[in-house]
Amino acid sequence: MANKQHTKAKTMQSLFFCIATASVGILFMIMIFLFMEGIPLFKIVSPNDFLLGKYWYPTSDPPDFGIFPLILASLYVTLLSSVIAIPLGVMTAIYLAELASPRVAEIVKPVVELLAALPSVVIGFFGMVIVAPFLQKTFGLATGLNLFNAALMLAFMSIPTICSLSEDAVYSVPTGLKEGSLALGATHWETIIRVILPASVSGISTAVILGMSRAIGETMVVLMVAGGAAMIPGSLFDPVRPLPASIAAEMAEAPFRGDHYYALFATGIVLFLFTLLFNIVADFISHKYRQVGEASL
Amino acid sequence: MMDGDKMEITKNGFPDDRSETGEKDPNQTGIKVMKTECADSETEIQKAVKKLQSRRRFTQKFLFGLFRCAALVNGLALLIIVFFMLKNGISAITWEFLTDVPRESMTKGGILPCIVGTVLMSLGGILVAMPIGVASAVHLNEYARPGKMLRIIRLGINNLAGVPSVVFGLFGLAFFVTFLKMGVSLAAGALTLGALTLPVIIGSTEEALKSVPNTYREASLGLGASKWQTIYRVVLPAAMPGILTGGILGLSRAAGETAPIMFTAAVFFTPDLPSSVFSEIMALPYHIYVLATAGTNIEATRPLQYGTSLVLISLVLGMNLVAIIWRSRLRRKLK
Amino acid sequence: MNEKVKDKSKKNGFKMKSENLDFFYGDFQALHDISLNFESRQVTALIGPSGCGKSTYLRCLNRMNDLIPISRVKGKVLLDGENIYDPSLDVVMLRRRVGMVFQKPNPFPKSVSENVAYGLRVNGIKNKSFIRERVEESLEKAALWEEVKDRLDDSALGLSGGQQQRLCIARALAVEPDVLLMDEPASALDPIATQKIEELIHRLKKNYTIIIVTHSMQQAARVSDRTAFFYMGKLIEEGETDTIFTRPKLRQTEDYITGRFG
Repeated sequence: MANKQHTKAKTMQSLFFCIATASVGILFMIMIFLFMEGIPLFKIVSPNDFLLGKYWYPTSDPPDFGIFPLILASLYVTLLSSVIAIPLGVMTAIYLAELASPRVAEIVKPVVELLAALPSVVIGFFGMVIVAPFLQKTFGLATGLNLFNAALMLAFMSIPTICSLSEDAVYSVPTGLKEGSLALGATHWETIIRVILPASVSGISTAVILGMSRAIGETMVVLMVAGGAAMIPGSLFDPVRPLPASIAAEMAEAPFRGDHYYALFATGIVLFLFTLLFNIVADFISHKYRQVGEASL
Repeated sequence: MMDGDKMEITKNGFPDDRSETGEKDPNQTGIKVMKTECADSETEIQKAVKKLQSRRRFTQKFLFGLFRCAALVNGLALLIIVFFMLKNGISAITWEFLTDVPRESMTKGGILPCIVGTVLMSLGGILVAMPIGVASAVHLNEYARPGKMLRIIRLGINNLAGVPSVVFGLFGLAFFVTFLKMGVSLAAGALTLGALTLPVIIGSTEEALKSVPNTYREASLGLGASKWQTIYRVVLPAAMPGILTGGILGLSRAAGETAPIMFTAAVFFTPDLPSSVFSEIMALPYHIYVLATAGTNIEATRPLQYGTSLVLISLVLGMNLVAIIWRSRLRRKLK
Repeated sequence: MNEKVKDKSKKNGFKMKSENLDFFYGDFQALHDISLNFESRQVTALIGPSGCGKSTYLRCLNRMNDLIPISRVKGKVLLDGENIYDPSLDVVMLRRRVGMVFQKPNPFPKSVSENVAYGLRVNGIKNKSFIRERVEESLEKAALWEEVKDRLDDSALGLSGGQQQRLCIARALAVEPDVLLMDEPASALDPIATQKIEELIHRLKKNYTIIIVTHSMQQAARVSDRTAFFYMGKLIEEGETDTIFTRPKLRQTEDYITGRFG
């Protein structure tokens, strides 16, 4: 009897291990299938031309498969959105962890969570029908669907990520450090800027990187709001076509396993590698620079 | 005996704001320093302190005001979006809208196939993701020992969580639709969404498992139960509400996603409700996208677009609210 | 029991005193009517079983308890005759004058010298040579200079527990407080480090008024001039340390000191 139990326990343990490994297996499957469907492109275009080519005319004859304008568009949109999202996200996090009374925090936190839960297509739709006409009128633009609009919408999609992860980081700074600073006659603000933020900087950086990773991979918003022009943007208000937008918009028209289809999968590889890089850097930071705790004796 | 001796500091309730309100002549509250051997330096500190006192207070007030504004902006963003959807969408919501199929090239009629498609597909996704996600979390939290293997699995799951949704769509197209020959179908969409929500499920299940007190495990093991029996009979039941909350969050995430289903399950238009798991379907998010960007008459279908958006956010935010409220109750109970 | 109040309570003869201090956490009253005087340049030890309110009382003296939102204080605490709970008083200024050393060493994750300079910097002092002098002086006062003078720019987290605690003392001394509060400063340290801290307290009392919470009666006997015994949120007895330890007036005090409870 006991032996049977033991065997069962062992079996279950191995089963759980296998399933956990299988979850990670999905990541590998994603890589394998992306490469399987994307690599054939490089029979006709060199990786160099693909990455640095300035023209993306996949349907002309002969087609141009240069995604440089798309990469730039993705980077610009992501950077601009971080410029908006980082201060707002981190400041909200500090407000929640340090300033808000428990009652207020109990309301603000769900609000941030609900913001995160808004479907991206709804945010994209909002950007299209409300923000775009507003921008167009206010600034007298040719189109309200542009880099700035997309970055603004993306910012509100990455704020929740940045905010909730930063809040955890700020909250887990030991109270001893905070008390130590206050007891020396520092004000609350001085304590935040000189002690709490430096002590939580690794957690906040991780939060920021993951927020940016979310922004660069976000599809619907840039598909609907960025304007869609595959050109290198000259100003904040130029329409652009970031990587995910290009994939989502064109996949339906691309002939199955034609060059265009392969090119879109290859674009997917580039996008995947970008987010993989962001995530690995975030992981590295959070492990390498573990948050400093109270002095351990 | 009550231990009032070591009291944990909770956040906020800061004194600085309180004492700032009634400012008086600083000399009155100024510093009378005890004379010690380094009298010169003391005056230096004293001088600095006096000079800066009001500026330090002002800096703090100003910056804390900024922080409050930042938090407010988030709330406003949510409110504004929900407000516009409500204002423009509420008139479109009729019984017919919810129960009819789209008519006259989607410029009239309702969105029933989209509702059914989205519900079926996200439920299907969750049914796939729940067992795998919960089992993975059990491994990570109950069995795994810290070490290289655990580190790799965690890194893998974190990266899976970071994969862009459109890449999930490509994966679904290449694997489920093409390689497994499912075609553009409910099943392919559900499986793709399952892969996408897996990290969400794993994360929330782990949180639920962590909140089960260790004394439960020790008590069960102490009675001679095996580890598996302990997990099955004690840990999982105790963690169940938290796990289900995670399921709801995963469900709402799956329901709102567009990019992963564009190539795997959803089509522009199909008047029929899905008859098998291999049917093509319509879905709410994709319907919004189609109407807003590629419909036959974009301006004329605005009310339908708003209406569909309103249905989608009610569904998604509703599920989230349920999960949030449930979770906060659970947390209170655990205290 | 009320003798302690009339006991030579001249109007301004004390550096710090509390008058009828009550303290509440929500509905729970943690301190009952505490009146206690602290003489200039003396060490007063607060003793009592854990949960007796001695730490809570200590934290009332620099208003550290303000950080607890549900807390409430009644009564007065006077520093040089001035009530520190007066609404017009700036608590930031108060905390500079009343330094505090915590139970667990809590150096900031900065270099040794930055830890000591912290209080000066937040008070707006930018003069580098002044800061350097003051860092050295404070470390010397805290009997740490010789051990760390070659590693001023190393992280303070690399110091031993005892060194960290002396660093925290140096950090508190750098802003020139009048009063030094110590909350079981040696409880997390080994005996040798504890001895060093005690020697330091002995030296510091020449210039500072020191109030120390301790759960070790031997420590109280070794370092303090006066001792106050707390029990269940009340001040039971207070007096010269010698008297308290050899001829306590009250039975409760005697029981605690002889180890019959607590």
